[in-house]
Amino acid sequence: MEAIDMAALERELKELVGRILEEARSQGATAAEVSVADDAGLAVKVRSRELETVEFTHDRGFGITVFDGQRKGSASTSDASEDAVRGTVRAALNIARFTEEDPCNGLADAELMARNLPQLDLFHPWPLDVPEAKRRALETEAAAFDQDQRITNSEGAEVSSHRTCSVYGNSHDFIEALQGTRHSVFLSVIAQQGSRMQNDYWYTTGRVADALDDHRAVGRRAAERAVARLGVRPVATGQHPVLFDPQMAAGLVNHLIGAISGGALYRKASWLLDSLGQQVMPSSMSLVENPHLPRGIASTPFDGDGVATRPKAFVEDGVISSYVLGNYAARRLDMTTTGNAGGVFNLEVQTQRKPVQDLMREMGTGLMVTHLMGQGVNRVTGDYSRGASGIWIENGEPAHAVDEVTIAANLRDVYRNIVAAGNDIDRRGTIHVGSLLVDGMTVAAS
Amino acid sequence: MVTSLIDSARKALLDAGEIGDRDVDRLLGRLTSSHIDIGELFFQVSRNESWSLEDSRVKDGAFHVDRGVGVRAVSGERTGFAYVNDIALPRLTEATDAARSIARSGGDAIVGAAAAGLPTPRYGAVDPLASAGETDKVALLSRIDSFARGLDPAVREVHVTVAFNQDIHLVVATDGTSSADVRPMARFSIDVIAERDGRRERGASGGGGRIDASWLFDTDAAEDYAREAVRSALVNLDAVDAPAGAMPVVLGPGWPGVLLHEAVGHGLEGDFNRKGTSAYAGRIGETVASRLCTVVDDATLEDRRGSLTVDDEGTPGERTVLIEDGVLRGYMQDKLNARLMGVASTGNARRQSFAHLPMPRMTNTFLLAGESEPEEILASVDRGVYAVSFAGGQVDITNGQFVFSATEAYLIEDGKVTAPIRGATLIGNGPDAMHKVSMVGNDLELDAGIGVCGKEGQGVPVGVGQPTLRIDELTVGGTAA
Repeated sequence: MEAIDMAALERELKELVGRILEEARSQGATAAEVSVADDAGLAVKVRSRELETVEFTHDRGFGITVFDGQRKGSASTSDASEDAVRGTVRAALNIARFTEEDPCNGLADAELMARNLPQLDLFHPWPLDVPEAKRRALETEAAAFDQDQRITNSEGAEVSSHRTCSVYGNSHDFIEALQGTRHSVFLSVIAQQGSRMQNDYWYTTGRVADALDDHRAVGRRAAERAVARLGVRPVATGQHPVLFDPQMAAGLVNHLIGAISGGALYRKASWLLDSLGQQVMPSSMSLVENPHLPRGIASTPFDGDGVATRPKAFVEDGVISSYVLGNYAARRLDMTTTGNAGGVFNLEVQTQRKPVQDLMREMGTGLMVTHLMGQGVNRVTGDYSRGASGIWIENGEPAHAVDEVTIAANLRDVYRNIVAAGNDIDRRGTIHVGSLLVDGMTVAAS
Repeated sequence: MVTSLIDSARKALLDAGEIGDRDVDRLLGRLTSSHIDIGELFFQVSRNESWSLEDSRVKDGAFHVDRGVGVRAVSGERTGFAYVNDIALPRLTEATDAARSIARSGGDAIVGAAAAGLPTPRYGAVDPLASAGETDKVALLSRIDSFARGLDPAVREVHVTVAFNQDIHLVVATDGTSSADVRPMARFSIDVIAERDGRRERGASGGGGRIDASWLFDTDAAEDYAREAVRSALVNLDAVDAPAGAMPVVLGPGWPGVLLHEAVGHGLEGDFNRKGTSAYAGRIGETVASRLCTVVDDATLEDRRGSLTVDDEGTPGERTVLIEDGVLRGYMQDKLNARLMGVASTGNARRQSFAHLPMPRMTNTFLLAGESEPEEILASVDRGVYAVSFAGGQVDITNGQFVFSATEAYLIEDGKVTAPIRGATLIGNGPDAMHKVSMVGNDLELDAGIGVCGKEGQGVPVGVGQPTLRIDELTVGGTAA
């Protein structure tokens, strides 16, 4: 990637945000908030040992929300020229003229703004060029082909590097920047046995190129996972324990976060309304957020409202201790923002952890889920029914692959019935959790 | 008509950036000079406006403009891609050089004349954003809110959104392509929550197409969507636990056509078949579904959400027969995959925006009508499920496994539709399920115009449809084992 003077870029974007805020004021807005981001990256993909795509990305755009008293309007554009700034501000104000007043509208209070920014160590550029990216991608894919002769085809290996500089500002004289990098190696391959094909993928990602998993290990892992899906045998419909692998467990935890998020709560679109103080998980489990995790993939000193983020628990000893709130939702609920406009920022499931082999033994016989499909999560009722595939566990040992089944239950029961957690924590995403063993879900099969 | 489209697209896209015809030719020249098969410039401006109501107040509105140019260079199976988000020469020249850097020597640029004939417009070059005043749009949302709340005292929350888009693009390529399109899009959606005896359920409905706002003002369409959303929420208040296991499933007409989209559609996209990663790869001419099934992808339907006058590479939209009487006839192609497979593009190249690479994608995909009466199909089932609405679906194109998640479904007992059941996911294998289609109704319907299809991170609007049909066995993912 191009070498770039990030300090100069940050200055330029901060000036731009200042100009946009000034333009909003001069056009009559009583308050405004502006986000500008400049993202650039390179992604190189190979497939079947040949270069397939080289993609150079560079986006710069901005979004503005203006308030005219307690009316609100928003506008955004991929174009940050002077003309576009004026036009976009005008468009936002025009919308604000026609919307209705909402007493909850407005910026978060000035004293909540993030004034002392912690150093989060998120910016580590990688001088990656096309030949180097291509070399790594080829080696990643080759490692998968070499791992097992049942790997017969590839959907491609991609090596990518991105950097971002984003600036948020509002009429509280708050203008702050966040710089970050993200680098990844991804591979998806196909395993074949007879006429049956199965695909699977693996990836490594992080802020620092040197801290990524070895790319050849990514290749081997993708191959192992695809091969593990071969040899599908049928299972019977019935009630079984289900072991969610770490990636699937993160999704499961995310449904809980969704149900205690401000938007779902004030719209009454959650099965966890009025749930503060309720026991929803076993008393051995807590959900703890650390937005200031050094090098964290979701780390940020301020949220989407400019509000200072802070470490906190949403679930403490199994009991809901805080909702996930941005400023607007908090006002709707007559509460205070938790600094979560834009979601949760590095969430860890804290509990007693065991090796995954122990979880399998504890489960005895049941389904280890490695893939879930479909939209079957009803946030209003908590009804959960999804397509699944994975590995059948018998007497604590992996027995064979399972495909084309569903798992179903109500989420209220799912979280209560978490009986054990693994130490195989996946830290690549926003939610850091190991495998989770859940008792008594309905597995439906053909 | 179409020449004037090109003129107006040029005016909207090039004049503002002070880019002349000679500049475009020079950029294409830079691409041609590097031994590549096809070099392409995709100029686009897309304007979006939306208004939404909740708590009986229209309190949110947003306007968004995307403007930029995507530059693509294709050499064999290789693609180089770069884009700029302003339409100005210096950066466009840089992007062109970046895109062509993938070329290896020895390729032969296809320099040719544009494909013959002017494409037939499939929708009007209207501007939905300008087709109604702000006051009218806001008043419409409030009217529908009151209407929905008046339908039943159980209605607690009403969320209504209207969104309008106009997309203008111009595509020029070294193979002689020079094409433009002005695409309108309008969408109305309503989501309600009903509550009775402490139980809450959601219902949703909506519709739209490549039209302007007039259908919302000149007809009762918005009231009909509100009635449908409220009806669906009320039905679900009485839903019982869904059964679990394999059983016959009858799918209602219209939106349940998401089945075709997932079970066969994605698996018939050219890229997956060229690469051999689809369960349908190499099976042209084979029987892949019951003989009752004829599935088409049709971009030529008037004003439909998935319709295309020309695709995003300038190829005219087509009606492509994918499966005919159960036999696999063809795949959906863009230029790159068509060329590598030695066939012609079917006009299915689509991209989310100038900042994304085009891929073969569906347009409006549906199963043609059969001969059975819908009542006769339901009466044929002793014990099973009748599913009429879905939240959407997903497919694994490699093993053929697909799911779709019902939001309104009923038990069928002794040939009669009985209790509504809680939302359940249905799962099957595409080729297996299509062989098990044993009855096809005479009541083909297309969906109301709400579908968005996601592939490799890119979303594009699509249409689906089907008549009532019976699948002898699908796995129903309920809790009542």
